[in-house]
Amino acid sequence: MTARPTIALVGALVLAMGAVELLRLRARRTGSGGRFFAHRSAVWGVRILLFFTVAALLAPLVAPYDPAAQPGIVTLQNMPPSWAHPLGTDAYSSDIWSRLVYGGRVSLGIGLLATLVAMSVGVTIGAVAGYARGWIDAILMRLVDVGLAVPRIFMLLLAVAYWNRIPLSILVLLLGLTGWFTTSRLVRAEALSLRGRPFVDAARALGASPTRVLIRHLLPSALAPIIVSAVLSVGNVMLLEAGLSFLGFGVQPPTPSWGTMVADGQAQLALAPWTSFFPGLTIALVVMSWNAVGDALRDAFDPRPEHA
Amino acid sequence: MSDANGPLLSIRDLKTYFVTGAGSARAVDGVSLELYPGETLGIVGESGSGKTVTSLSVLRLVPEPPGHIMPGSLIEFEGRNLLTLSPGELRAVRGNQIAMVFQEPMSSLNPVFTVGEQIAEVARVHLKVSKPEAWIRAVDMLNQVGVPDADRRAYEYPHQLSGGTCQRVMIAMALMCHPKVLIADEPTTALDVTVQAQILELLEKKQAEMGMAVMLITHDLGIVAGAADRVVVMYAGQVVETAGTTDLFAGPLHPYTAGLLASVPRLDGGRGELTGIPGTVPPATSWPVGCRFHPRCPHAWDRCRTQEPPLLEGPRPGQSARCWMVEEPNRRKAP
Repeated sequence: MTARPTIALVGALVLAMGAVELLRLRARRTGSGGRFFAHRSAVWGVRILLFFTVAALLAPLVAPYDPAAQPGIVTLQNMPPSWAHPLGTDAYSSDIWSRLVYGGRVSLGIGLLATLVAMSVGVTIGAVAGYARGWIDAILMRLVDVGLAVPRIFMLLLAVAYWNRIPLSILVLLLGLTGWFTTSRLVRAEALSLRGRPFVDAARALGASPTRVLIRHLLPSALAPIIVSAVLSVGNVMLLEAGLSFLGFGVQPPTPSWGTMVADGQAQLALAPWTSFFPGLTIALVVMSWNAVGDALRDAFDPRPEHA
Repeated sequence: MSDANGPLLSIRDLKTYFVTGAGSARAVDGVSLELYPGETLGIVGESGSGKTVTSLSVLRLVPEPPGHIMPGSLIEFEGRNLLTLSPGELRAVRGNQIAMVFQEPMSSLNPVFTVGEQIAEVARVHLKVSKPEAWIRAVDMLNQVGVPDADRRAYEYPHQLSGGTCQRVMIAMALMCHPKVLIADEPTTALDVTVQAQILELLEKKQAEMGMAVMLITHDLGIVAGAADRVVVMYAGQVVETAGTTDLFAGPLHPYTAGLLASVPRLDGGRGELTGIPGTVPPATSWPVGCRFHPRCPHAWDRCRTQEPPLLEGPRPGQSARCWMVEEPNRRKAP
């Protein structure tokens, strides 16, 4: 490993650690910030997520090699970790660390974008159902019931079967469109309880349109649960993407994603366990981080005093 | 269009029913009343008498379902039936020509926006002005409703303000567009007595300045005596008596009105005990047959138990009551 990627790597580490400390200093003064930073696992989660995000964003700097390069398919395949290849090489002699960094772009990107899709749909449908009530609510929520009754991975496998090589954009859409059900239920419940509040009536009495009431008066008050559900959803989506990719239905090679990397290593698991181990470890770390951060945010947004 | 002497707002045979598990609750059952330009009309009644539902029905704010304004009801404002307006037309009336002030000022303001933003929002919606212009108007309105230090206060959130100031903010929002009608639903009930007086004074002052008509809904006869020109007394979803304020206090026709008056302490009265009205308002799902007040009425006789009285003109002009004693005054028992 040469100097440039080492420096970039250290830079990413320092950036992640430093940013957390800075946040901690600023947030400790507020009640909710203090509650968030009281969760040690969540603080580590933020560090890990920041590190992988920075590394993925700066991939050309951080990665020592081209992730698709196969410098010596015979001589350099399945090499154990060494100074030249910190996490070893895979069956095609590509550098695993480099693929991991570039794969982070795909995996994290899919997780975030699919969550964006899921939140947009879920918040819209939930808010409309909760505000309109009546038959609109009934139809939308029965739709949600159906969506929740079918296992998500099953729905995805059915949908993915239509494509031979599924484009990334379609994959993102599919992951998003199968992930909004719980969010819409959550937002509907918030909208239902908020619409009974006097300030909603007051806004209507002053001539605000339903759209204005929804966007100005309902959503800002429902933001906390939406954020928590979004953060938890990213980890969930990344796990699904990894699962699909592992089965060969998700991200298609040679594009590296953490799921495909685990799948690639599976064939020589006995011979070169690091080819699957490091991407698998990364998936586990990152997904756990999202969940820890989500849980801590839930506590931080909850203004009630300490509870078990 | 209504002529200059005609009513600004007239409610005809308003029926607002709620669908409940125990059957249809007739919360407002055939209410008719008029509001004339520039006057203050007090609407008085106990909880459950239908006065709030009447006011919510005017702007069609009754939650639907379970609420439902029955066909045949008419709410005419400047020659238009508000009950048949499209949602868009109705929004152009709400807050613009007919505005409303609610009972709970603290919870009637959105907790996540500054009060300035919320007042400015009204100007943005109805007057279609730019954001900075709306803000200037909001601060100006805050000044007009007597909030000191308005340009700084506009940046504060509802939880940073007192109940009285919040109600001033609500009034500022309601008056932003110079409405022709202001409906004030128990505007002072949640406030301290001293603040109550200030708020009523403010309403009176703004009414004189802007020449609007005020529909003042309250259960407090003291407020009515001080502020209203005419009074409508409601009981069990109906208007039971309507009169000029002085006539009402001088000689109530309906025994319910008399009961309400007797249950208020008076400075000029003797030291006798206050008398309440026995019993409570019956549930809206099963109003009594005949006169709806007869189970609680000290004067009731056979006719009251079988025949429902209409609003009958009393001896004084402009005073009428839903009571058979208007026709048969000698039935009235001495107290």
